[in-house]
Amino acid sequence: MHLLYMILIDPFVQMASAPDLLVQTLWEGLVSGMLYALIALGFVLIFKASGVFNFAQGIMVVFAALTLVGIYEAGVPAFIALALAIAVMFLLAFVVERGVLRPLVGQPDIILFMATFGITYFLIGFGELVFGGDPKVMITEPLYLPKGAITYHAFGGMVQLQKLDIAAAIIASLMVAGLAVFFSKTRIGRALRAVADSHEAALSVGISLEQIWVIVWFAAGLVALVTGVFWGARSDVSFALEVIALKALPVLILGGFTSIPGAIVGGLIIGLGEKIVEFYWGPLVGSGTDAWFAYVIALVFLLFRPQGLFGERIIERV
Amino acid sequence: MLYREAGQFKTTYEKDSAIFPILQDRIGIAVILAIAVIGVPATRNDFIINAVMTPFLIFTLAAIGLNILTGYTGLLSLGTGAFMGVGAYACYKLTSIFPSVNIIVWVIASGFFAAAVGVLFGLPSLRIKGFYLAIATLAAQFFLEWCFIRIPWLYNYNVSGAIEVPQRELFGVIITGPRATAETRYYIVLAIVVAMTWLASNLVHGRIGRMWMAVRDMDIAAELMGIRLLPTKLLAFAVSSFYCGVSGALMVFLWYGGAEASVFNINQSFTILFMIIIGGLGSMVGSFMGAALIFILPIALRFVPEWLGLPLQSSTVEHVTFMVVGVLIIVILIAEPAGMARLWQVGKQKLRVWPFPY
Repeated sequence: MHLLYMILIDPFVQMASAPDLLVQTLWEGLVSGMLYALIALGFVLIFKASGVFNFAQGIMVVFAALTLVGIYEAGVPAFIALALAIAVMFLLAFVVERGVLRPLVGQPDIILFMATFGITYFLIGFGELVFGGDPKVMITEPLYLPKGAITYHAFGGMVQLQKLDIAAAIIASLMVAGLAVFFSKTRIGRALRAVADSHEAALSVGISLEQIWVIVWFAAGLVALVTGVFWGARSDVSFALEVIALKALPVLILGGFTSIPGAIVGGLIIGLGEKIVEFYWGPLVGSGTDAWFAYVIALVFLLFRPQGLFGERIIERV
Repeated sequence: MLYREAGQFKTTYEKDSAIFPILQDRIGIAVILAIAVIGVPATRNDFIINAVMTPFLIFTLAAIGLNILTGYTGLLSLGTGAFMGVGAYACYKLTSIFPSVNIIVWVIASGFFAAAVGVLFGLPSLRIKGFYLAIATLAAQFFLEWCFIRIPWLYNYNVSGAIEVPQRELFGVIITGPRATAETRYYIVLAIVVAMTWLASNLVHGRIGRMWMAVRDMDIAAELMGIRLLPTKLLAFAVSSFYCGVSGALMVFLWYGGAEASVFNINQSFTILFMIIIGGLGSMVGSFMGAALIFILPIALRFVPEWLGLPLQSSTVEHVTFMVVGVLIIVILIAEPAGMARLWQVGKQKLRVWPFPY
């Protein structure tokens, strides 16, 4: 009886009695959800255009952030370092397409998936070799990212919003909007969607798959760079972020592998869910629930809607 | 020249469907076994026995387990590390509660605990497959890893949160704990691995294995042929987790001698997955080859700079090893996506027709 009370009633009593804490928790959840959504967005871009389940997306986030910080620390002005980091991401996209995707075209999905593991390992080794294995501090001031927090006195207490998080939310929304426009209005964007629909049909109307793949990996690299900047600003830049990047996978399940809105909604749901559960129910089971809660949501979700919230229905024929 | 089957007539069905139908293959297996039983311990090199061969065999067992699930049944799983952990923790609890029972019994029995957990987390496999299933098994990975940390009962309320292997004897010989010799542990691991490989080989060549492969190749078609999907997939999960569980128990009891939950983290799962994909999905030989390449290669690479006389820091070597392994994975996938087992097959075929290939 006491246990039932603790599970079913007590958390809600806490929520009602301290609404400022609830709002704070919701905000934290939204922010981390947004970062998950950004990583998931990188996955979705590549999966849509090439059918490759890019395991390396999480590492690309770290690698992009490391490159930016590494170049800056070498004495290059911040915005030139940013431009150079973008150039490095383009180079990476180009090399991946030439060295990995092109020779493996037409192979089963699992082989391509495996090849992205190879990319992951290579990037870990390469990143640590070039920039060192120590955690680095993300540059914020030279990039004119705001610091500090806004404190509101509301809900019978106070709520703190980090300015950096607000900036991240704005830039992420702008980027997603930009991608949406790019996909629907430009020539290359339409070609990308055509490739996503059918490789053969796209080839037959003269779309170059190779070119599209480079563009898509570059776009994913840019998303990774933005994610890396904000993530790195919240904590340190190190390869330990890799495990957190895996959180993008349940987001994908929730949203569907091929849907950009799905990635965003899924990310927010997962972020909110795991923060709320960890804060109000976590203490009952000894906390640390955010390590697995996202996956369990995804698992339960899969049982009812295997294609995800916005995913295309999977039709199988014998 | 030597590898030729001319003159070897198969006069019964048993001979025709034997796993090693060619005499030279049987001789080869006997030689490999002889090397494993006599040759390796004869080196009297603790490094070779304890840090190379024993873990190689243990990883092979886990790779066989995952291969049954992913290679033979086509269900991608990323929860291998956690299932190994279930085996290790189950074995630890069993031997602390019943210290007088033979430890080998508990190592095998812990496989059944892993199998039960595997079946539980395999339930979604009826509705989902491919990458979606892989992510579902990630739930198992992270949830179980959390259990290993947060449930103190599992590690007997140790302050360190780690499990320490107690000393156990078999016929008066110390086989676990810090006082056991490398040779003894190696022999026990070898015996278990050989027996379980033989069992798995028979399993996948028989009716059950064919059911698994039918499900892998096309589950709807398999269902139409009268194979019940749920029991078949769950059986694959059970057998696979059994193998992983035993391998996890062996890993802690006969190799590490103690472990924390982080041993069974997600990277362990990925390592095993590398092994079977590089080695060859759906191949027993592939499991051995993949384990050898992925486990022994980084060890060997560590010694390369020393041989070449390059003054490199150990951290640099570590990073370069990562890069080399990454590139090797891609190169092998490009050269032969079906894995090293296929290369082996092609090589054997070439030998068979040599020197007149047409």
